Amino acid sequence: MNINFTLIAQAIAFAVLIWFTVKFVWPPLLKAIETRQKEIADGLAAAQEGRSALEVAAKKSEVTLAEAKQKASEIIAQAEKRGTQIVEEAKGNAKVEGDRILAGAKSEIDQEVNRAKEGLRAQVSALAIAGAEKILRKEIDAKAHSEMLSKLAAEL
Amino acid sequence: MATEHADNAQHALTPSAYIEHHLSFNAQPLTESAGFWTLHVDTFVMSVALGLIVMGLIWMVARKATAGVPTKTQAFVELVFSFIDDQVKNIFHGNRHSFIAPTALTVFLWVFAMNSMDFLPVDWVAGIVSFFGGEHAKWRAVPTSDINTTFALALSVWILMIFFAIKVKGFGGWIHELFCAPFGTKIWVWPANFMFNLIEYVSKPLSHSLRLFGNMYAGEVIFLLLGMWAATGLTGTIAGAILGAGWSIFHILIVALQAFIFMMLTVVYLAMAHEGH
Repeated sequence: MNINFTLIAQAIAFAVLIWFTVKFVWPPLLKAIETRQKEIADGLAAAQEGRSALEVAAKKSEVTLAEAKQKASEIIAQAEKRGTQIVEEAKGNAKVEGDRILAGAKSEIDQEVNRAKEGLRAQVSALAIAGAEKILRKEIDAKAHSEMLSKLAAEL
Repeated sequence: MATEHADNAQHALTPSAYIEHHLSFNAQPLTESAGFWTLHVDTFVMSVALGLIVMGLIWMVARKATAGVPTKTQAFVELVFSFIDDQVKNIFHGNRHSFIAPTALTVFLWVFAMNSMDFLPVDWVAGIVSFFGGEHAKWRAVPTSDINTTFALALSVWILMIFFAIKVKGFGGWIHELFCAPFGTKIWVWPANFMFNLIEYVSKPLSHSLRLFGNMYAGEVIFLLLGMWAATGLTGTIAGAILGAGWSIFHILIVALQAFIFMMLTVVYLAMAHEGH
């Protein structure tokens, strides 16, 4: 158990081993571990980000859906309104048209009646003239006269 | 451990010769006069080989380390890495990645590997060595039960400690601290301060190295005593085997714990050198 040159040899071996570890063993291990730590931290941050983005998207989609629903119901209400409007318009148009046709028919009828009346009037006057002629030619006979008048009246 | 003692028993050694054989180093003189210029080949070869194996294995993993999904091997290495890194982080608050944390990793793994050699059955080692090197070849497999190893580590840490103290505080700052801490800057407490710091600087490497050495040396001696029991007959062999197994299991704790303590003290000493009083 004596101190000898072994001490120095061992110290040199120790120094070489330390140098080797400092230079070649520690840095790559440290780098690998630190890189992995950073990657994991980044991954967790990205996951957190994704989760919040998902939340935002879900909220947005909800809002959009509500908007769409509202718009749809608006459109339906508008369509219904327009439908009734069209029906009302059609009804009004039909009534106006009917009235017009009715009025046209009525005025035509009136015209027809007037024309017939005119024709009759002309015939009555021609008959009166013809009757007067006959009375003038044949002397005035009361009996014949009245007979003729009644005949006229019957003809009217 | 114990049962393999049988083939050694035929050498008809006395217990003290057996223990002495197991506790002597394969010392090779480097010069003719020897003395200080002696190298414990067993200690040196074992520690360098273990250092190369352990740090080489971890280097192979580190070289291909990926930031993506790690392999099981890489996950294990990262477990060790994070364990050391956490310990250092709690003690040292500077830039630990540039030197102190890798040093802690080296110390922990290397000392752990060297301590683990205690699990090799002592007589297996002796058997293999005597097979290749003859009956009287010596080989101690546990480098940390050689005071030279633990003292080399502790002294290296001690030198680093002084280096960092001077680097952080400047040479003047370091000298100032030697005389003015911890009792104050008044001139009449200078001697007290200096004595205090001197004792601290002497005691640190001694306690650092002797704690590890003592634990590993004692562990080895107990393995040897249990192994020797097998020479007394069948009952002794069985008892020695059972107790040897028990001591081995307990020794797993000591091996890991002493490596951990040695690493923690290294970090604490180096961290203290960075902090001013």
